[in-house]
Amino acid sequence: MKPRLLIAAAIVVLLGLGGAVRVYLALENQAYHPPVRSTSVESGVPREQALEDIAKDHEAKAKAKKYEPPTYRTLPLVSSRVAVWVVAQLHLMFAAFVLAVPMFAFIIELIGYFNGDKRYDRLAYEFTKLLSTSFSFTASFGGFLTFLLIMLYPAFTNYLMEIFSWTFFPYVALFFAEAGFLYSYYYGWGKFHPLVHLFLGLGINVVGTLIMFIADSWASFMMTPGGVSDAGALIDPWAALDNFTWMPINIHRFIGNIAFGGSVAAAYAAWKFLGAKTDEERAHYDWMGYMGNFVAISAFLPLPFAGYYLAREIYGYNQALGIMMMGGAFSWLFIIQAVLIGNLFLAANYYLWLGMGRIEGTQSYQRYVKYLLAAIAVCFAVWATPRSILASVSEIKAMGGTLHPALGVLGVMSAKNTAVNILILTTYVSFLFYRRTGKRPTVAWAALGNAAQFLIFFGVSAFVIALGVYGYFVDAATRIGLSIPQVLSVLFAMVAMTVIDAFLLRGAEETGATHWGKLPAISQYVLIFIAVTFTWLMGLMGYVRSGLRQHWHVYGVMRDQSVDAFTPTLGFATQVISVIVIIFFALIAFVFWLSSLHDRPDWNGGGGH
Amino acid sequence: MNLFDLRVILGILAVMALLRLVRASLLVWILAWWIGMYVFVSRGFATPVPASAQNIYLGIVTLALFAYVTSSGERVRSFVDPLVTFAGDGRYTLALVPVLLALPALAAYREYVNAKVPVEPPFFARTVHPSPPTEITVHDVKVDMVGGDNPLRHLEQSDPEKFRQHVENGKAVYYEHCFFCHADALGGDGMYAHGLNPAPANFIDQGVLPNFQETFFFWRIAKGGPGMPDEGAPGDSAMPEWERFLSNEEMWEVVLFLYDHTGYRPRAREVHAEGH
Repeated sequence: MKPRLLIAAAIVVLLGLGGAVRVYLALENQAYHPPVRSTSVESGVPREQALEDIAKDHEAKAKAKKYEPPTYRTLPLVSSRVAVWVVAQLHLMFAAFVLAVPMFAFIIELIGYFNGDKRYDRLAYEFTKLLSTSFSFTASFGGFLTFLLIMLYPAFTNYLMEIFSWTFFPYVALFFAEAGFLYSYYYGWGKFHPLVHLFLGLGINVVGTLIMFIADSWASFMMTPGGVSDAGALIDPWAALDNFTWMPINIHRFIGNIAFGGSVAAAYAAWKFLGAKTDEERAHYDWMGYMGNFVAISAFLPLPFAGYYLAREIYGYNQALGIMMMGGAFSWLFIIQAVLIGNLFLAANYYLWLGMGRIEGTQSYQRYVKYLLAAIAVCFAVWATPRSILASVSEIKAMGGTLHPALGVLGVMSAKNTAVNILILTTYVSFLFYRRTGKRPTVAWAALGNAAQFLIFFGVSAFVIALGVYGYFVDAATRIGLSIPQVLSVLFAMVAMTVIDAFLLRGAEETGATHWGKLPAISQYVLIFIAVTFTWLMGLMGYVRSGLRQHWHVYGVMRDQSVDAFTPTLGFATQVISVIVIIFFALIAFVFWLSSLHDRPDWNGGGGH
Repeated sequence: MNLFDLRVILGILAVMALLRLVRASLLVWILAWWIGMYVFVSRGFATPVPASAQNIYLGIVTLALFAYVTSSGERVRSFVDPLVTFAGDGRYTLALVPVLLALPALAAYREYVNAKVPVEPPFFARTVHPSPPTEITVHDVKVDMVGGDNPLRHLEQSDPEKFRQHVENGKAVYYEHCFFCHADALGGDGMYAHGLNPAPANFIDQGVLPNFQETFFFWRIAKGGPGMPDEGAPGDSAMPEWERFLSNEEMWEVVLFLYDHTGYRPRAREVHAEGH
């Protein structure tokens, strides 16, 4: 072998090895190498000492820390506002129920006392049975709300205490009195002289109303504060209580509670009716549902006027609040309100028409149903027409704005007021027809009486519509004033027709018997629908009233500085309200169930199992 | 202005009259009412009704018809019995087949029509008359939006001659600056109006001037489109901030002129508001 070749081969091998080593080193260099640290503690570094010093320092600082009251605290998962909102609304709903039920229980007991009919006494007792658990729920939610306010809004709660602490003792005292009256009324059923018992019933109502009046002053003060300086200092405690919207809210809630309580009690009866086993039970609960609904609708009829008065006072207190409510962000909620109220009117009438089914010989009035229905549908449509209609870009182009040239005229107060007045009048006529079904007047002047009622109805309807049309041609102040003759004429029509009817049906011949309980099941679902709609409406309008304050705890006096100081979107607000309604009905179902335990047979120790 | 399409309405009435003549059954009447109302709200108006309003109205019509049919056992029977007979009786099998085919076909057609709608940019609802702040500052003067009033208004009673002079000044300012958009007859359809979105305010509309106090219009004039609150968004109103060009007095004078010229009165302030 040639030595030259050997040398060349050795060089190639060496170069190859060198290359391989180079590549290995290059790759090795790219790989991750954890940093190398010494594991041995260097002596002379006083680590333990340093840690000790730091701990001492913290301790000293903690000891020296000054107490600063927090302005807000927060909850995990749910925002403070939503938490307070839900609990306050649930408290309010139970409170409304607890205030309303004794009112009509008392009235029904009173009727029973005077006419001696035992059915009324039993009915009043049945209503009262729903009260005790609801009373505890009201108090529990009230306590919960107070704790939440102290916990989440300490500074604001403190301010309210500053203004209203003088009302707390009377409030608590009244609460004790309410408990005393309520439980003695409930447990003392049939144990006292009827007049003593009626006095207890009256006591619950007076005390309950006073409790509501006090609580209303706190809520209304937040929206329309009075009796305080510009900086919020208390000047006149009575003016703070008797603030601008206090009385309107008292009146609106007083009437609204009766409507709400009546509808929930009617829903209870419907629930019992649907589960009834015997004809006797069905007859009783049909009657109870009818009475509950009668109470609810009677209170519901004047409610729009009370609401109008409240809205007017809000406008009067501050134009900005008024515009925000009726023309601004909150106005869309009034479209939902219109749809809900329209549904309520329709359902109330529908229930009365279905009710004619339990009376023999209804043909004579059934044929008017379509005309009543047409009037209701037209008024409902007018009421639900928005001033500016939600539309797509091309639809807006076609209309030349958000105002429709023909439908735009239905979006204003003149049209709405007229529609609601006619709705009320029509509902009243449905009731009148129901009342007269199965009866034939025997008085000599029957034809004249009928003609007079007919004339009053059409005369007042024409007058209300004429005023509504006239409203388009006058200035705003006159237009607002026109609502008063509209309301008064409708009230006049209802009173006058009732008086005529009372005399007309004296000694009337019964042409058909009333069979309580002979009613299609759908009527009972209507009662439940009415109760749910009332509850929803209450949550919705409560939000409008409270939300109007926007970023203020106390409007114009104390600003909301929390993270929730913004107006939620309408979609979010309606979802919260819907959740509240669901929780309320879950709880009220529990109340219904509890009161049904009363009628169950006693447990007999297992009965041989 | 013609608000309705009379041909459509007369057509609906003619069909209804025909049904009355032939004494149609309840089922036919209910269908006729529903279809008639549908045609009325979708075609019966000279200006098309937006879909959202159509849905509200047809919802009400559907509820009302449902209430009517189910309000007595007799009506339920006269509505349901023909349907049951048609579906169950062998005599109608031949007629039933096209109906059964037509129902899904109708649904499919409706889907097809819905799918064919051209894509449009989303529309953001804006509040035409946003809620004013409680106080504004214009040329270093604070104006109370709630309790304040037009400082020249009292002259109407105390010094009518001077008042007229201010109205005349307002008129001059209006025709110098405002009429290009708000029009010479104050109808909001001035020569530049067609290029503007949102359209300029129409002062003849009785929903505008009489519904507000004068401070509201002073605020809108002084702060213009840029001063529009968020709820009035999208705030691309072309209204300038007139405080940059006019004095406070001139702006109050224009407000006087607007009311004077249209004959409207400003919204009266609630008197008992003073008590609190």
